[in-house]
Amino acid sequence: MNEYTFPILFGVFVGVVTRLYLLKTDYRQYPTYLHGKIIHIALGFIAAGLGTIAVPAIMEKEFAAITFLALAASQFRDVRNMERNTLNELDQYELVPRGKTYIEGIAIVFEGRNYLVIFTSFISTLAYLVWNIWAGVIASIIGLLVARKFMSGSRLKDIVDIEYVEPHFKGAGLYVDNIYIMNIGLPARQKEILRYGMGFILKPKNFNARSTIANLGQRQAILHDVSTALGVYRDSGTPALVPLAKRDLDDGRVGIFILPQEKDIEKAKAIIGNVPTLENAIRMPTESEANKKGRKLR
Amino acid sequence: MTHEKLILAVITTNPNKIAGGAPIFTCGTREEMETIATNLEAILDGIAHALSDELLIVVKH
Repeated sequence: MNEYTFPILFGVFVGVVTRLYLLKTDYRQYPTYLHGKIIHIALGFIAAGLGTIAVPAIMEKEFAAITFLALAASQFRDVRNMERNTLNELDQYELVPRGKTYIEGIAIVFEGRNYLVIFTSFISTLAYLVWNIWAGVIASIIGLLVARKFMSGSRLKDIVDIEYVEPHFKGAGLYVDNIYIMNIGLPARQKEILRYGMGFILKPKNFNARSTIANLGQRQAILHDVSTALGVYRDSGTPALVPLAKRDLDDGRVGIFILPQEKDIEKAKAIIGNVPTLENAIRMPTESEANKKGRKLR
Repeated sequence: MTHEKLILAVITTNPNKIAGGAPIFTCGTREEMETIATNLEAILDGIAHALSDELLIVVKH
């Protein structure tokens, strides 16, 4: 026991609590219960330890010890690789795949959250050592709030208006509103699709949103999330029954065609609205210097 | 060589208009054409697309 024991224990504890807080399992069921979670709690513990130890190391003028943080960075990059590989493998067996963009987004989040844990542990231990335990508690609450702020990205409902439209056929072509989805040749299939299918139109609220929802990965994420939450009328060997999202080239609206097991318009709208906008899909054309001049983009 | 999309079969009631590499199934009636296309769709894991009233193709996507 020395003067650093309690601050270190405190910092590690706060770090692990932060990781647990950020590790909520929701409808996506990822990470899976227990085993998947244990991996991330263990890594969170390591991250918390690294963040905590950095403070006494500085105070003891052991500056070389800080290089450990570089080790941490490569360690957590591996976490991202691990998540990406696992999800990519599993994605082949999904009825409606997540898509690479969504997977990359999830993998980035797992890496990023470990750094948030390091940060929280670091400032908590620092505050404890410089002032007292109460300062440490306040610092850890601030750390948690910062972590929560970074954890929650924007949702689709922030950037698009969602409208329900009954899908219909023009000849063999399936349409949602005026957006062509696909060609279905067999009348029996067409009936099935009209019976189970639902159509939605996503109308971008601004020019930036238009590019974001045009991203194929973002569209696949929507289809995956809706199919997870409402079920999907589909099996292997029925490629005709596939949820699709297509774009109206004229105005950037996106037509979503889904085949849910539970046909509830309000629920489906809420679910589409809650789909995260993927970090890797967000584009900001209005931030371009060229676009700031002249005619305003809509 | 891998193909992104591939016509696996052609089902038609009018063989005069068809020629080429994919297997061609000629049928007498529209009903027969649809039955065969339904079976082929299930067997080949493809989607039956209608190009006209007398022509269906099964495509692997």
